[in-house]
Amino acid sequence: MNEFVAMTALQNQITQEPFGEYSWILNILFYVIFVVFIFYGQRIQTYIMLREVESSLYKLKYIKSEGRKIAIETIKETGKPQTDPSARVDRFLEYFTISPQSLDPAGVVWKLEHILDVREIRFKDEVKMMAPAADEIQTNNLENTLEAAMALNYIYKVIRHFYLLGKKTLSLYVIMQLQMILPLVMREAEAYASALKAFAYGQPIGDGVGALVVAKLIHKHQTRKIPKDCVVATVPIEGRTAHVIKAEGPGGNVGRPGDAVKTIIEENEGNIATIIMVDAALKLEGEAVGEVAEGVGAAIGGPGVDQFKIEESILKHRIPINAVIIKEDIGDAVSPMRKEIFDAVDVAIDRIKQVILEKTKEGDTVIIAGAGNSIGIR
Amino acid sequence: MKKTSSSATTKISTFVLLVIFITLALSITALILAISAWYTPGQEIIAGYLLIIGFLGAALSTYVLLQTRKRISRLRIEVPPITTTIECGKCGFKSIREFQRGDYVFKEVESCQKCNENMLITAIYREVKEKRVKTRF
Repeated sequence: MNEFVAMTALQNQITQEPFGEYSWILNILFYVIFVVFIFYGQRIQTYIMLREVESSLYKLKYIKSEGRKIAIETIKETGKPQTDPSARVDRFLEYFTISPQSLDPAGVVWKLEHILDVREIRFKDEVKMMAPAADEIQTNNLENTLEAAMALNYIYKVIRHFYLLGKKTLSLYVIMQLQMILPLVMREAEAYASALKAFAYGQPIGDGVGALVVAKLIHKHQTRKIPKDCVVATVPIEGRTAHVIKAEGPGGNVGRPGDAVKTIIEENEGNIATIIMVDAALKLEGEAVGEVAEGVGAAIGGPGVDQFKIEESILKHRIPINAVIIKEDIGDAVSPMRKEIFDAVDVAIDRIKQVILEKTKEGDTVIIAGAGNSIGIR
Repeated sequence: MKKTSSSATTKISTFVLLVIFITLALSITALILAISAWYTPGQEIIAGYLLIIGFLGAALSTYVLLQTRKRISRLRIEVPPITTTIECGKCGFKSIREFQRGDYVFKEVESCQKCNENMLITAIYREVKEKRVKTRF
């Protein structure tokens, strides 16, 4: 009890001693702060959130500028242009693609395919004009580098738009939404930043693991080109004939596996026992990088045109489709391939062989299609 | 291959640096005044308050300075080292070197040191040392 009294006396002495008779100032200050927080608490919170967004925006601005710089340097290095490509690169970074109208969804896939074709031709022409001395592989790599820089430019502009809108309106809810999605946006931006150098140097990226799996199967076998931007090889596996398809490498290229699969099915008049698709897939948090899983369906990303075409072709001939996926996160997918993903290639090949043994008979014909970017992979 | 790059965005503003160093100087002055007040009879309480102000100011300015430096280190695009594995298909001789521009998987490169056969790039990858976050799940 005595100790409590002593503590209280000491506390009073500490708080009142230096102010003495003016200790009422402290009380008033306390009430003022209390009232200020009641009326302006939300505004203070808004300013704190804005500061957080601002610091991320600084980082995004830096990444975006680095992207532009790397793209220009790579063009100058490999393309040997006569004039400074900076102005043309800046114009390229602002390009946009308007997706087709889907109010009447019938036939929207073909419209989308046409738009994507036009976009691809336009991009290739632009890159050739920027880098006239670049060969086909370098042109593909440059196109990928510019697309990564373009994605970074777009992310920066969208975040800046909402930041300025939030600042203008001081709406807590606009700023709060932005602040909530910011960690995910930053992860994506950082992934694109590491993709820039991989594309510029022509290094294999995580997304290319599907292409790498089939490249291992194709290796030492004769390949031929098939539409569009793909190659196929006929490989004997476990007593079956496998038509192994991948995008043409080693330049940055995803090809059109939809058209390639359709071509092979038509060449074989639909006599295909099964199709096995191999691709990289986004892992969930907690799953290991390079984990291999299998299932059914067309394992292919992108805007959906190729998946649609494969599904149409297999439906026509009632061909079963299996999928083998290698798990990785978004950062791994667009940055140089990790060792864990590379090591998963042999595991994926074993799984493919297992599926072939279980689902087909000796003498059957199968299609193995590896989806993904063939950058750095022949 | 391990490179870092920087730009104007990474520079600390002169104004911020000025504020940090003025605060630091004032804090050190407060600490010196605290010591001299401590030895003056009847000034012990003022010495105590000056000591608190000095320590708080010094801690705050050091923290802000470290945070600013941390922001700069975050504003760099790290390029991880990429490894290229070259193998001889005939004798199995394996060599590992840093990635060079123009390398790709299944590219034929220089002859084998042992059997003079053309060697092949069999792997290009990066190694990541991840910090394992312990979870119950």
